[in-house]
Amino acid sequence: MTARVGPLVAGVDESPALDVEGLITDPGTKIIVCCGSGGVGKTTTSAALALRAAEHGRHVVVLTIDPARRLAQSMGIEKLDNVPRPVPGVRTTEGSLDAMMLDMKRTFDDVVESQASPEKAAQILANPFYIALSSSFAGTQEYMAMEKLGQLQADATATGRWDLIVVDTPPSRSALDFLDAPERLSGFLDGRFIRLLLAPARGPARLMTAGLSVVTNALTKVLGAQMLRDVQSFVAALDTLFGGFRQRAQRTYQLLQADGTAFLVVAAPEHDALREAAYFVERLNDERMPLAGLVVNRASRVPRGRLSAERALAAAEWLEEAEQLETGHREGNAGMTAGLLRLHAERARIVTRETRLRRRFSAAHPDVPTAVVPALSTDVHDLDGLRLVGDLLTRG
Amino acid sequence: MSSPSRASGSPWDRARLHVVTGKGGTGKSTVAAALALALASRGKDVLLCEVEARQGIAQLFDVAPLPYEERRIVAGPEGSGDVHALAIDIESALLEYLQMYYRLGRAGKALDRFGVIDFATTIAPGVRDVLLTGKIYEVVHRNKRSKNARTYDAVVLDAPPTGRIAQFLNVNGELAGLAKVGPIRNQADNVMTLLQSGLTAVHLVTVLEDMPVQETADGIVELRAARLPVGGVIVNLARRPELDDEERDLAMAGALDGEVLRSDLERAGLKVPQTLVDGLLDEAVEHSERRALEDEQRGRIEGLDVPTFELPRLADGIDLGSLYELAAGLRDQGIV
Repeated sequence: MTARVGPLVAGVDESPALDVEGLITDPGTKIIVCCGSGGVGKTTTSAALALRAAEHGRHVVVLTIDPARRLAQSMGIEKLDNVPRPVPGVRTTEGSLDAMMLDMKRTFDDVVESQASPEKAAQILANPFYIALSSSFAGTQEYMAMEKLGQLQADATATGRWDLIVVDTPPSRSALDFLDAPERLSGFLDGRFIRLLLAPARGPARLMTAGLSVVTNALTKVLGAQMLRDVQSFVAALDTLFGGFRQRAQRTYQLLQADGTAFLVVAAPEHDALREAAYFVERLNDERMPLAGLVVNRASRVPRGRLSAERALAAAEWLEEAEQLETGHREGNAGMTAGLLRLHAERARIVTRETRLRRRFSAAHPDVPTAVVPALSTDVHDLDGLRLVGDLLTRG
Repeated sequence: MSSPSRASGSPWDRARLHVVTGKGGTGKSTVAAALALALASRGKDVLLCEVEARQGIAQLFDVAPLPYEERRIVAGPEGSGDVHALAIDIESALLEYLQMYYRLGRAGKALDRFGVIDFATTIAPGVRDVLLTGKIYEVVHRNKRSKNARTYDAVVLDAPPTGRIAQFLNVNGELAGLAKVGPIRNQADNVMTLLQSGLTAVHLVTVLEDMPVQETADGIVELRAARLPVGGVIVNLARRPELDDEERDLAMAGALDGEVLRSDLERAGLKVPQTLVDGLLDEAVEHSERRALEDEQRGRIEGLDVPTFELPRLADGIDLGSLYELAAGLRDQGIV
């Protein structure tokens, strides 16, 4: 459990407004990272920001992780080929929008191929551990999203093709996995365990201390000799790549800390999502990562008409009772009116709950600029939908 | 395993492991907790497990953060069972696993010093899933002869999200591919046998929106491909049908009668400015649009040909009391 970070007393004011329009049109903004827990609309937010920035004349590439099928289709990226492609239908003369969907195995393969000699690369790509690691095991996605970000940034610098990269992050179990990835990798590569695995391949047996042999024996016992040999040959094969991996991981980490980067924490007005968002905000501060603000998606609209939930429910009950008493007396529409009043009451109660949750967040994090995006009554699956989200995001 | 008040059988009467998955934001942890309560209300002793280090159970049940230890969190009345909870913490699980299966006391600590534990639990990504499923296997497979260990009639697992569930449960299949012989291979085979048997049911939680339903459909395909037994689909956060079909059609067509609405409201003693009438009519349109989308998604879910259950959206959010309501909902619909 980490300690809560933030002030100890709260003012009554709400958080400052997040100027999304200013953020995406500022030429100083080079990278926008959208992060948050699963199911809060990160992908839609990323795509909407990217589209809006492009239609304001910027040259944008958006890296999405797992877009809804129809959204992917409308952006022309339903084919997962790990290459940014122009999005058709963008309304701009100055700007441009490319989009891509992350293919983690392909990204991993590319790294191996770019770092190792052809024979060595072939050897690694064929190793059963590599195949399992790169394609099916959890966690790889986070590493590869950051790797791809590094590649896109290098590409942008070299060719000038893009001046803004928008990144959607994987829905990690721990929301922070992608932040930890570079550091963990570096830590691991410097660690004793790697040297241990490499020991038989590298050094004479006298280097094996007593502790080391206990460990090796334990590993043999657990993994079996065959599997330990496979792991060792895999690690030995990757050994030549490690320097490169570490450098890249550290570069990406620095890139995330740099001035041109802006993190947007995305949440929904739900208890869990906002708790995760709070955790994120605190962690980004700890890591000195540039946090631009919080986007709260799917907020219920405040109902018009200043009628409280309690009075709406009371009126609905009254109408229903009255109708029961005088059935036949009047062509009954009371059912409809009561239904509308109940809908209104439910909406009012949801708005109250959401407001309370947001205020809790802003009390603990009063400096975090916030944008609240109202819920749509339909799904977003085309560019017009994204434009609408973009409008709502920047309405301020 | 007594279930005295049972009228008709649930499709998963035999199941001892209920895996509950769902896309982020669909409320899978809430549903898992409600399912545990529903099972306990049928007289079963239940263990509710979480594996994502979020302390979600402690928050739902309003108890202190759970250690790596089975704690009783709900004691049922006469005739019903208890619910215990376990938050599986990966490092403790690894040390326990090494001790239990390999009797590696001192060597386990040495592994820790060399960063092996750290590697295994954070860097080597699949190891996590192997350990988690291994621990689940251990609690399900306990029996009366197991020393000092509590036994359960049912285990409910608050599992990783739908997008990852088949991969998570199938990790031992992958592992069996890597380890051709040896103790890991045997363990992996045992776990797969349990997970692919009728003792397991994998339930998928969704909401009535395009993407979660798509993921549910994809998840079912992946589960079936891995021969993992698909349980039910639980539709969560469904809107209450406050307007009937005819009223919804009228609302969508913009043809609800504002004057009738006004006179009803006045009759009920409200002051009725025009903004209130307009506001209510707008809400009716939005509600009807949402409901139309929900019906479309409901149709897709019916097409999946899996038993389906539905839980309502609760305006005030989830607290301990509402968990019991949801549990009653699940039980009355015959999931247990």
